[in-house]
Amino acid sequence: MIDDWRPSAEIATLRERARLIAEVRAFFAERGVLEVETPVLGHGGSTDVHLASLACAATTPAGRERLWLQTSPEFHMKRLLAAGSGPIFQIARCFRDGEVGTRHNLEFTMLEWYRPGLDLDGLIEETAALIRRVLPIDPGPLRRRRYRELFRASLGLDPFHEPLEALRRLAGEKGGLSMADAPRDDCLDLLMSLEIEPGLGREGIEVVVDYPAGQAALARRYRDPEDGEWVAARFEVYRQGLELANGYDELTDAEEQRARFAEDNAARRAMGLAEVDVDARLLAALEAGMPEGSGVALGLDRLIQLALGKAHVAEVMAFATPRA
Amino acid sequence: MANYSTNEFKPGLKVMLDGDPCAILENDYVKPGKGQAFNRVKLRNLMTGRVWERTFKSGESLEGADVLELDMEYLYTDGEMWYFMLTDGSFEQYPVEKKALGDTEKWLKEQVVYTVTLWNDNVINVTPPNFIELEVTETDPGLKGDTAQGGSKPATLSSGAVVRVPLFINEGEVLKVDTRSGEYVSRA
Repeated sequence: MIDDWRPSAEIATLRERARLIAEVRAFFAERGVLEVETPVLGHGGSTDVHLASLACAATTPAGRERLWLQTSPEFHMKRLLAAGSGPIFQIARCFRDGEVGTRHNLEFTMLEWYRPGLDLDGLIEETAALIRRVLPIDPGPLRRRRYRELFRASLGLDPFHEPLEALRRLAGEKGGLSMADAPRDDCLDLLMSLEIEPGLGREGIEVVVDYPAGQAALARRYRDPEDGEWVAARFEVYRQGLELANGYDELTDAEEQRARFAEDNAARRAMGLAEVDVDARLLAALEAGMPEGSGVALGLDRLIQLALGKAHVAEVMAFATPRA
Repeated sequence: MANYSTNEFKPGLKVMLDGDPCAILENDYVKPGKGQAFNRVKLRNLMTGRVWERTFKSGESLEGADVLELDMEYLYTDGEMWYFMLTDGSFEQYPVEKKALGDTEKWLKEQVVYTVTLWNDNVINVTPPNFIELEVTETDPGLKGDTAQGGSKPATLSSGAVVRVPLFINEGEVLKVDTRSGEYVSRA
């Protein structure tokens, strides 16, 4: 294409983007949250089996090393927390291989913040306040939805107890693919993506809570008071079918963290995926002691996309990857 | 043929699915906050013309389909097969079965150029041009002076298609017709 040197966003959109990012900074300044910057390249990467990390070789003071482009600034920010930073936020460039679509770009901007001492409910309120601050029109009330109730209401099944065979059949039917060997969480992910997500946050801001324990990632797990089922202390925020943010009651136990890294890498081996170097310094920081608290990662490009009414995330980025 | 992974699925790419060649129409990447990513893909089955909506796990791949779309001129029929000829100067001829011709049979006219889809060198589909000019072979007599008023009547065209035409149209006139909607456009 002859004119693909041009930005994927209009200049007027980039002006709006800059204004909205200034709003975000003002929001945190008013709340006494410190802005930080952490490395894009680290010695450890995300072991999450559903995230594909990019790595590169670099010559450092230690010689020739493999460094990982961060999929989120989480590990470095947690080390700052362990070192006594207090509440911090970052507008960070993140990289996830293969993620390309109307809501995804391989390289994107994450707004991530941590609140030592704040519980998950407090952080949900704060996330909603930030979203209200950025959107041009008040999106309406905040509603919490339990993961399990969403499945009951939309699909008439209990995601924790529905027999796996029935779940695979339903997921295969809805998606038009074979899910015959799929694990439970993959079936749930598919149904969530296709059947539930598109309807979330149509009237107001909807926050999904109490995820299955298998989808905890780096959140604490606890027993649901209703029936003693293990659930993840995690939330996701939706507006107009768009997933905007993912928050955790952060795991602070070094041993548990070490075990989850090992579980992830074992799952990677089983799936034929490359293992990822574990961030040993994060484990050391957790051993030294990270304050209890919550943290959230919000896709800033998506929030701007929503605020400006753009159909494709590329329209709010100066140069989306195909033009980079 | 090469295999294509979901992140290479672009509109227009031809792949094999359930034994049939298909053309990708749309591909979107969907992913819950943390979890397995999927690609939501719309494909047109080139054998049946039907549009399928399928989901793939991201990173899955499909075999490419050896599909070509070529311009060919319609020559004639011997009643069993319909014969088309490449317009690239090679004069190469392709026989087409009734099944592959489908609805296009009623829009055939000699020397008109059609888009012919080949799969493994067999014709699987023939698409007529969007507009075609055909002569009226049969219709009720035209109503003189009735050029402004609405109302329509059926008319049979030289290719066999029947279209609704204004009342003032007569046998022997040549009309411009939209082959996608099967509607009369104007006198040619």
